Amino acid sequence: MSRITCEHLCKRFGDFTAVHDVTLTVEPGEVLALLGPNGAGKTTTIRMIASILRPTQGTASVAGYDVVTQASQVRGSVGLLTEHHGLYTRMRSLEYLRFFGQVYGLAPELAEMRARSLLELYGLDQALGLRLGQYSKGMRQKLALVRALLHEPSVLLLDEPTSAMDPASAHLVRSSIEQMRNSQRAIIVCTHNLHEAEALADRIAIISQGRIVAYDSPQELKKHLIGDPVMELKLGAPLDGARGYLPDGLELISAGETWVRFRTPNPDLTNPQILRTLHSLGIPVITLSEIERSLEEVYLQVVRSGLVGED
Amino acid sequence: MSVEVSALRQDWTGAWSIARREIRDQLRDWRILTPIAILTLFFPLLMNFTAQQAVDFVTRYGAPVIGDRLIPFLLMVVGFFPISISLVIALESFAGERERLSLEPLLATPLTDSQLYYGKMIASLVPPLGASYLGISVYLIGLIFRLGWVPSSQLLIQIMALTTVQAIVMVSGAVVISSQTTSVRAANLLASFVIIPVAELIIGESLIMFWGRYQILWWIVLALILVAVVLMRMGLRLFNREELLGRELDVFDLKWAWMVFKQAFLAEAGSFSEWYRGLLKHVFKRMRVPIILMAAALTLAYILGSHFAETFTLPGELFQGRAYNQDWLEVLTAFGLLTPAGAAKIFFINARALLLASLLGVFTFGVLAVILLMVPVGLIGYFAGNVALAGQSSFLFLEALVLPHATLEVPAAIISGASILQLGMAAISMPQGSSLGEGWIRAMAEWVRVGVGIVIPLLIGAALLETFVTPLIAVSLLAGG
Repeated sequence: MSRITCEHLCKRFGDFTAVHDVTLTVEPGEVLALLGPNGAGKTTTIRMIASILRPTQGTASVAGYDVVTQASQVRGSVGLLTEHHGLYTRMRSLEYLRFFGQVYGLAPELAEMRARSLLELYGLDQALGLRLGQYSKGMRQKLALVRALLHEPSVLLLDEPTSAMDPASAHLVRSSIEQMRNSQRAIIVCTHNLHEAEALADRIAIISQGRIVAYDSPQELKKHLIGDPVMELKLGAPLDGARGYLPDGLELISAGETWVRFRTPNPDLTNPQILRTLHSLGIPVITLSEIERSLEEVYLQVVRSGLVGED
Repeated sequence: MSVEVSALRQDWTGAWSIARREIRDQLRDWRILTPIAILTLFFPLLMNFTAQQAVDFVTRYGAPVIGDRLIPFLLMVVGFFPISISLVIALESFAGERERLSLEPLLATPLTDSQLYYGKMIASLVPPLGASYLGISVYLIGLIFRLGWVPSSQLLIQIMALTTVQAIVMVSGAVVISSQTTSVRAANLLASFVIIPVAELIIGESLIMFWGRYQILWWIVLALILVAVVLMRMGLRLFNREELLGRELDVFDLKWAWMVFKQAFLAEAGSFSEWYRGLLKHVFKRMRVPIILMAAALTLAYILGSHFAETFTLPGELFQGRAYNQDWLEVLTAFGLLTPAGAAKIFFINARALLLASLLGVFTFGVLAVILLMVPVGLIGYFAGNVALAGQSSFLFLEALVLPHATLEVPAAIISGASILQLGMAAISMPQGSSLGEGWIRAMAEWVRVGVGIVIPLLIGAALLETFVTPLIAVSLLAGG
């Protein structure tokens, strides 16, 4: 059973439809990245899943609880990292976490133990004496993440988890997300960082104008939206008639004096074949590698073309 | 039973978690602590000095009673000033968190709406009330040492009760405002809805205290408890996580307001007859309870009026039947009765009274409207009582002078009063999750619908009857009696 299930979720604010017909699932141990431009409906979707906003239409369940009728249980099962961290600036970290521990119904000793351990994990144990108003942006974000993890939720909804962090902290948080995935949590990450999404996500949902316009694994998205992998072959000698060296059915993209680029639906099959041919002809091969195609390319193509309902 | 106790304890634990955090936060804020300290320590001492000077002054001119009345009044003032801070804290409760963007993490917790709401209320109440009790203690200690004045236990309990319940009313109102606005600035601007009634209340209480009718203060305490309960219910009813988070701007969208009004007024009717059928169904179904309440209120008014006739009896000669003869019809015509202009005037006066009642009802949960509509019925009861005391038939009096047009006018008053009650109660009886604005507009549309479809036609009929029929019946029944 999926940990998060949304079926045809809609959210309207008066005449404005913020989210339209969103259907998605997240399994335990899966990370779903929600991508989309500002105002696309990512945060509204997250808020509906977290039972803060009530869907206008459609249903959603989290950890087996309905987001409308069992809102309190849903909120108890979700760890939400909000876009704005909204810390109480006069408090200190432990006091702040004790408060949230209490609100989530944790025993004081347990809350204290978890708080200390998480603060240490995220390198905030050195700042126990500081008031939260004195924290840097990155520290605030880490503390907000600690707050979301304190009650060990089975579902994590992370809105821009590394946006204000330095590279080291961002790396730490990404590693944490990997660990949380390994501990069978269902995770949704809203992000603008496409490299992060590509690195973390098992599946990606691109949302535009309130609709999911693309929804698949990063590899499949690339394949569907920007075609088969493109390979580049570099040779140690001039190439004469590139077409002749390529097996039938491959698409030649471009070629130079000593290099050729081609598209192949199945590199595992075609590449060894090409190498064997070149080797038998005595043509030295320097490299045969895939041209890196970023998720950014996919994202831009999807958002620009607005592939409504394609997936 | 144990489940209920456990649920209550859980509710309390959640609310207290919120309250405790906020109280700690307040006690770290010098902007709250400084005025509290001044009002708790310096202000009572200043009042001590003022009381002593005033007592010395009025005693010199042989009016010690003024001093006697001034001291308890200052006791109330000393208690009131610190609780005024609760208003500021409460206005900031939700709007402030929203502005500081710390509301969403709180709304994402398993806390229930009532835990959040009462937690905020308790947090706004505890420090100012504590300061108020301390201020009262400082003032009393000063009085005991300077003037040897010790309050009666009843007065002390009254002042403490008034202070507490006033704070609860202010905080309940302010939390409602705070949960319905997008910014602290907007909440402060709307605070006049709390400040003005409370200021008027304090003036009234001062007059009562100078008058020396301390018993009335108990009634004020009781009334304030009722208001607090109504406001708390209203606050919880209107509390809406979605609105708190989703609303970005406090704008007055006329187009949207008109659409909501039109939709509620037309009630999806396809034709005039469908609209009218829906309206009648609504009146006799959804307005059943307010109609019963209104009818009961008017009956009570009649009974009270009759009862007052025994206390304030009019001279019996006023009710001699010989006064009502054919000449009287000419007199009535001279006054505009038995003419279309007279009917128009009566309609205008009745419509104006109902409009005024509606206006008063909107701001008083319908209470003042009901009272206003009870007055004419009470007067009828009073005159009927006097007729009976003069040895005449009060039934004949009613039959001749009231009943012909009352057959339409009383139902109009009852239905109109019920509609005003619904309008006044809109804020505390609207469907869970509706916004205050939408609820008000819908209630207003219902009020207009009932007014246009039922009340106005009844008033027109009643005015025509009162102008053209009642005088003739009166003369025929009472002439030569």
